[in-house]
Amino acid sequence: MLRKVIPVLVVCSLLVLLIVPGCGGEEGNVIKIGVIGPMQYVQGEHHWYGATMAAEEINDAGGIDVDGEMYTIELIKADSNEMTSPTDAAAAMEKLITVDGAQFVVGGFRTESVFPMIEVAMDEETIFLGCGAATESLCQLAVDDYDRYKYWFRVTPFNSTKLVSNSLMTLGMAGAIMQQGLGLEGPMTVAILAEQAEWADGMVAAYQAYVPAMLGMEVVGTWRPSATATDLNAELTAIEDSGAHLILTILSGPVGIPYARQLGELEIPCASVGINVEAQKDGFWDATEGHGNYETTLNTYAEGVALTSKTVAFIEEFQDRYDQTPTYNAGTYDAIYLLKEVIESTGTMDTDTLITALEEIDYVGAGARIVFMGTDTTTPHDVTYGPGYSTGLATQWQDGEMKAVWPNLGVGEWEGVTYEGVVMWQIPDRVIAYYTQD
Amino acid sequence: MVEGIIIQGLIKGGTYALLAVGFSLIFGVARMINLSHTCFYMLAAYGIYAFAKMLGMPLIAAAVLSLLATTIIGILTYRLFIDRVREHHVTVMLITLALAMVFQEWMIISFTSEPLGAPSFISGYWEIIGVKVSYQHLLTFGVALAVLICVWALLSKTRLGVAIRATAQDSEIANLMGINVRRILLVTMGMAAVLAAVAGIVVAPTLTLEPRMWTSPLVMIMAIVVLGGLGSVKGSFIGAFIIGFVEVLVVFLMPGGAFLKGAFALLVMVIILLVRPEGLFGIAFEEERL
Repeated sequence: MLRKVIPVLVVCSLLVLLIVPGCGGEEGNVIKIGVIGPMQYVQGEHHWYGATMAAEEINDAGGIDVDGEMYTIELIKADSNEMTSPTDAAAAMEKLITVDGAQFVVGGFRTESVFPMIEVAMDEETIFLGCGAATESLCQLAVDDYDRYKYWFRVTPFNSTKLVSNSLMTLGMAGAIMQQGLGLEGPMTVAILAEQAEWADGMVAAYQAYVPAMLGMEVVGTWRPSATATDLNAELTAIEDSGAHLILTILSGPVGIPYARQLGELEIPCASVGINVEAQKDGFWDATEGHGNYETTLNTYAEGVALTSKTVAFIEEFQDRYDQTPTYNAGTYDAIYLLKEVIESTGTMDTDTLITALEEIDYVGAGARIVFMGTDTTTPHDVTYGPGYSTGLATQWQDGEMKAVWPNLGVGEWEGVTYEGVVMWQIPDRVIAYYTQD
Repeated sequence: MVEGIIIQGLIKGGTYALLAVGFSLIFGVARMINLSHTCFYMLAAYGIYAFAKMLGMPLIAAAVLSLLATTIIGILTYRLFIDRVREHHVTVMLITLALAMVFQEWMIISFTSEPLGAPSFISGYWEIIGVKVSYQHLLTFGVALAVLICVWALLSKTRLGVAIRATAQDSEIANLMGINVRRILLVTMGMAAVLAAVAGIVVAPTLTLEPRMWTSPLVMIMAIVVLGGLGSVKGSFIGAFIIGFVEVLVVFLMPGGAFLKGAFALLVMVIILLVRPEGLFGIAFEEERL
């Protein structure tokens, strides 16, 4: 008897196990949004924090109104492990959409990993709002095959070409302040220090051409360390030998910390401007033991600086919740609100309708006024850059505080764009000491 | 530029030598390829960060505690996981690789993947023939030389050293001569862990701590050890400086390809091995070992 009962019990148990998760009780009206990023790093952490803040605010206010019916947001966290493995990133995206059932995805950081993530999202015809990778070509995919790549939009940052523009303007400002302040004559000299990564390749070529052509400065050399290099002593010694006044950085990896630390500790007489993602984080000061003073980087947020009417409140709330200043990856906050806007304005969750709505949206977010580039441009669905749209900032570490220093009026002015709270860029003490010594 | 190459090459070589000699010692004595060797370097580096920065202990005390903790972990690792399979070389490699991954994940869970900075023992720099070298780098170089001299003295001037060398030459004969081979292997493993930990402690302030920091030096020290001749401590020492100088030369002479410095160093290793397959100081006879 028992022999007959046991198999029946086993089969019944298996059936229950299979059926119960499918039932899951009454889920209610839920919109599932996947948040994908390198969750073991600040970048991914801020993807999650930004999205969580937006989702909680929206849910607390009643949720998203879809044609008269209220839906709440359910976020699904996916660790892409993209810093080390683009394959892992693609697999995480696949699981997020096909297993976890994400209807929309926000996040992504490294270009090398965002490319395969996009391919998966496009296969699944799922809207993917990028909040991390800057490479221009990510938005050029839709030029050749709009029907396949129309689901991809970049919310932040603006693309690498525009990052070049901002870097050049910041470099111009720093060069002019140094020339005026230190009485330097002749052309300023620049060393380019760019990590070996796909997103940096185009920028290096642009700098090599435009630094002399647009700013009248001389490029004395280009150094390309690994994005994960832990010691830049040799590079910095060679840069000092080159006689550079300024170092123009393109660094998104952990190399940004030893670079800034050794630059300060060895008192290399060069000012550093450009992109150093590590310098956008609050932990930078501690990680460099204070030697990262004067490090200047393009940035999105700075405490007390209102890029839009929503910025200050967003930063304050973020700091209250997480005790950190948001990095640009927290732009997932704006991405979630964008989805809310288009879903509510169209009253549907039909993907094609939402894509059309996103293409037409004009939304003031916490980081910028967001308008996507048209399908007739070279970078469709890229966030629009320029005065009145997304401009970004440059911040400089000044005695332990991250201060916004650009766009500023006066030296390095950009069509009159500036924001309250922006202060003057400072020449590093080590540079002053070097050029004013007898 | 030449001064820069010389100074930076010496500094880089000194750091590599500290790591490579321990790895070589283990191979020379136990014929084991311990792929978790650079994890002890990582553990010590994180240890000093945890004790000094998180717990606020004085730096010297943090260094001593970190060294002790890492050495104990090294010895336990050997006793619990390696000792019983040490005759099976491939198994040892696989187990130590798995252990390395465990240590890595342990660091990720404990400290996240965020790059961190450990405090310097001494801040500032010294200008040597026009080249700026941080005091911490000089300390690293000095410690590397001092430790390597101590290792040489221990191996050549003490009874323990004689026992280690005897075990390296032939463990069975050494056993027959009354040497406790198992204990010698344990001591050697402890010494290797100490060498890696010392490297981690003195080098940590000069670089970024992150949970994958063990991988890159592992590749380089394997190249160094093969280049110098497997099991030859002297070969590892010289190989470390060759690889260090190649890396620095690439940065100075080919700045746009600085990220290729590791690849060039490995290329030099391949070229030397093609000319001298046993490495620079390869073992032709077992009695030459160490």
